[in-house]
Amino acid sequence: MGVIDRTWTWLTTGAHWSGTDGVWHRLGEHLFLTAVCLLISCAIALPIAVVLGHLGKGGALAVNISNAGRAVPTFAVLVLLLLSPLGSHGSWPTVIALVLFAIPPLLTNAYVGMREVDRDMVEAARGMGMTGRQVMARVELPLAFPLIVTGVRSAAVQVVATTTLAALPGGGGLGRIITAGFRLTDTAQVVAGALLVAVLALLVEGVFILVQRLLDPLRRPGAA
Amino acid sequence: MADQNCLIANDWICGEYLRTRGQELSDATLQHVGITLGSVAIGLLVAFPLALLARRWRAVAGPVLGLTTILYTVPSLAMFSLLVPVFGLSVAVVVTGLVLYSLTILVRNILAGLASVPEEAREAARGMGYGPVRLLFGVELPLALPALMAGLRIATVSTVSLTTVGAIIGYGGLGNLIYEGMHSYFKAQVLTASVLCVALAVVADVVLLLVQRLLTPWTRTKRRAKSAALRPAAEVAA
Repeated sequence: MGVIDRTWTWLTTGAHWSGTDGVWHRLGEHLFLTAVCLLISCAIALPIAVVLGHLGKGGALAVNISNAGRAVPTFAVLVLLLLSPLGSHGSWPTVIALVLFAIPPLLTNAYVGMREVDRDMVEAARGMGMTGRQVMARVELPLAFPLIVTGVRSAAVQVVATTTLAALPGGGGLGRIITAGFRLTDTAQVVAGALLVAVLALLVEGVFILVQRLLDPLRRPGAA
Repeated sequence: MADQNCLIANDWICGEYLRTRGQELSDATLQHVGITLGSVAIGLLVAFPLALLARRWRAVAGPVLGLTTILYTVPSLAMFSLLVPVFGLSVAVVVTGLVLYSLTILVRNILAGLASVPEEAREAARGMGYGPVRLLFGVELPLALPALMAGLRIATVSTVSLTTVGAIIGYGGLGNLIYEGMHSYFKAQVLTASVLCVALAVVADVVLLLVQRLLTPWTRTKRRAKSAALRPAAEVAA
């Protein structure tokens, strides 16, 4: 019981929320890093995946990248980048690691989404005289949309988790509250930080599920 | 002499490091393998009954799948931190966290495997007088093996990689060396431990693939037929 009480006390102490080590500042850093890295990785991965999926090429690449992303420990990459010459350039090591680990789910889901579009539909669209680009934009992309957003969702959750880990080599974000708690052997702070991180991850997942429901082009009235 | 210099020069690749810290490396690797094996084994033991329950009662399936998905969303550092008050700074924190992560993948894949068993196979077994237990272990489980093993491979590879985060409480196997090397800027140690960690994941994946081939010899002919069937479709699209 002691830990729960102390965690509650930690979370309800105003001083823990303000200042550069405070929750609000760390949350801001976390969200900023997450948003920027998610945008960069989407800009890199989605066009490649959509074009490869449209052409039906590079399936092995999509699968292998996703397997490699699982096998390579995020923590190891963060530390390797920190010790590399890039390490002296502020948050660049973190940004690169975050982008690297966000790409596999984006690439794989978008590729599979494009490939799983009913071939008969594509044939029908071609038969109606659509060019390759029109087929891609008007038939394949809308049908692949749910899986593409699923990919963005897993990438977002992955980025939130990796940003947390980036606190270990001294990056910003909510993970810093946890690592500082460990350093101070303050279990209440460790648990409070962990709760904040967990809630943030679940919120990000929830928001994307909502976005997915609202934006799916096939669920829009009149489009069906 | 040149070898000793690489420790002083803090090179990424250093033979002298391997020679002098061999014991440390093998201890860390053993801890890593131990944590991974323990977690995946417990994960499998918990996931199997959960999947059976979820299949038996629809009302259980929703909460079980929902809860494991929520657990999977929690970042590893937070997961381990939340378990610290429960278990103290012990290896149980890391193993429990890894078990919880593996459940998501294992339960889903076992369920998918059991769902893929053809109804005819079940009917035939029942007709031959198989009881529910013999039906499960003699017919359904073997037929569900490909999906189960696919899940086991993903869970194992992820577990090898996530074990490194256990370094935060001192039980991260090779992660401990990475963590230590991060604080002392010891490049050779970080790179060697990272490479060993990826190698462990690859070896585990290949071993499980071989086990799967041995356990399901009947899928090999089928796979060949399937890939042959897929090829023309790919050519049409290209």
